[in-house]
Amino acid sequence: MDKVIGNLNGIDFTMGETLLELSYLVAALLFVFGLKLLSHPETARKGNLWAAGGMGLAMITTLLLHKNAAGEGIPLTNVWIIMAVIGVGSALGWGIARKIKMTAMPQLVSFYNATGGAASALVALLEYPNAKTGDVGSIFVTVLGLIIGSVAFSGSMIAYGKLDGKVGDITKPFMTYLNLVLLVFTFGLGAYIIFSPNQPADMIWAIYALLAFSLIYGVMFIMPIGGADMPVVISLLNAFTGIAAAMAGFIYSNQAMILGGILVGAAGMILTILMCRAMNRSLINVIIGAFGEGGTAIAHEQGTIKEITLSDAAILLSYSKKVVIIPGYGLAAAQAQHIAHELDTVLAGKDVDVRYAIHPVAGRMPGHMNVLLAEADVPYEKLIEMDDINPDMPNVDVAIVIGANDVVNPAAYDDPGSPIFGMPIINAHLAKNIIVMKRGMGKGYAGIENYLFFNNKTRMLFGNAKDSLQKLVTEIKSI
Amino acid sequence: MENILQFFFTYKEAIFIIALSIFLGIEVISNVPAVLHTPLMSGANAISGVIIIGGIIVVGHADLSRFSVSLVLGILALIFGTLNVVGGFAVTDRMLEMFKKKKK
Repeated sequence: MDKVIGNLNGIDFTMGETLLELSYLVAALLFVFGLKLLSHPETARKGNLWAAGGMGLAMITTLLLHKNAAGEGIPLTNVWIIMAVIGVGSALGWGIARKIKMTAMPQLVSFYNATGGAASALVALLEYPNAKTGDVGSIFVTVLGLIIGSVAFSGSMIAYGKLDGKVGDITKPFMTYLNLVLLVFTFGLGAYIIFSPNQPADMIWAIYALLAFSLIYGVMFIMPIGGADMPVVISLLNAFTGIAAAMAGFIYSNQAMILGGILVGAAGMILTILMCRAMNRSLINVIIGAFGEGGTAIAHEQGTIKEITLSDAAILLSYSKKVVIIPGYGLAAAQAQHIAHELDTVLAGKDVDVRYAIHPVAGRMPGHMNVLLAEADVPYEKLIEMDDINPDMPNVDVAIVIGANDVVNPAAYDDPGSPIFGMPIINAHLAKNIIVMKRGMGKGYAGIENYLFFNNKTRMLFGNAKDSLQKLVTEIKSI
Repeated sequence: MENILQFFFTYKEAIFIIALSIFLGIEVISNVPAVLHTPLMSGANAISGVIIIGGIIVVGHADLSRFSVSLVLGILALIFGTLNVVGGFAVTDRMLEMFKKKKK
């Protein structure tokens, strides 16, 4: 079947090559449609499947139809090995993805991102010796793919460790300079490799050194960034992985890889910027990590903290008309999302209108809270986004803040000295009554005081969110 | 200067694709509701696993007649790529499945 069917610029091309390129076109289109569908709640699942279909197609046609420069297809033995390796990888990937707890989702995304970066770095490493001496263009993309892929790998692994609580933050003032030196050195070595007149075969030491430096830079780059900023960082590293894959696409002149990679790169950058904006911070600020150091300039009159008993809280809630639950990461950390749903069901039984107000960065990742509540069977219609719920907050009888802090801190409105000044928040302080469930008087991720807690309308309910909610539900049932 | 122009001409198709893909990526993502940020990030992450094609090519044309470091690294790249693709799509599907379940 693989006969020559035409000639382009003096080079014959065959049926197989044509079919391969056609399949790449279809795969690339499926990526674009998939991503487009993924950005609407109604069609998201379908979009994911389409993109996966595109990937499967590209994998199969590559396996069957790809030819190297000498025009040889992939030998049968290699095909079997590839299928075995993919089989093992699939079983592993599928197993982990199905078994993982929903609260651990962000670190898993980070882990899978790391594997993508590693694959890109390895492909670049292995293709480097095949580059022609002095072919600046292809060595350039190889070196770039290697650096970006390695940084994405080691950076994502550190991000994974941080989200999993295995790695702490190390912030030393000198690290900024050290990182800068390391970055300059890494790119310097990269430039040396690109412009070296030596044959790639004589430069193997340099490419391995570049790999080592890039990996170290990835670790040092993420190390000082605070755990709360990990979502932004993962999104950024996700963009990196995409770009690294596109660089490999350059090496193979593979349009599906270039398009898929750059698509993810651009989408990841935009998502990163959207997340930064939701926290009212610049990307530079996240990377340099100045959060929590500025401190509040204006000292607010600190009122007194007023606690509420469980039975009073139960009565207050039972006789309310409109209740809004504002969940934060504390809710997820305490695994309390199921009990929260029980609370809203019990209250709904008493004709109380219960909704959830979701801040764009609630949880450990934007949208993470939605996933967690969805897992607990909270109906989609009850999850209201910040911008839609805020106008209605003054009509709300009780706002229950569960394990959230910075996203309800009014300092964002009126304290220009606060590090979170300007960040959009949920207007819990406008509700008629506020109940704050909290473990203790600790500060939020941003490390700043929240004077919502001292508000006259606020009552505190201290304790583990899960236990408190459980008792609250029992109490309400008994009314 | 001449070098840069030469680079552009050699890779003009790829550079066109890059320029348009950047625009496409931005266009496709904007207006995404915050609810979908995590699944979208996860789905995009799975698409970046397209590097697996590189892994298939590397292992596909590897010399199997003798043991070599590059063969091991190639197989490693393929495993990593597979994890990224399969794990990424599976975990995205699992997240989205939940939205669907309670929609009915």
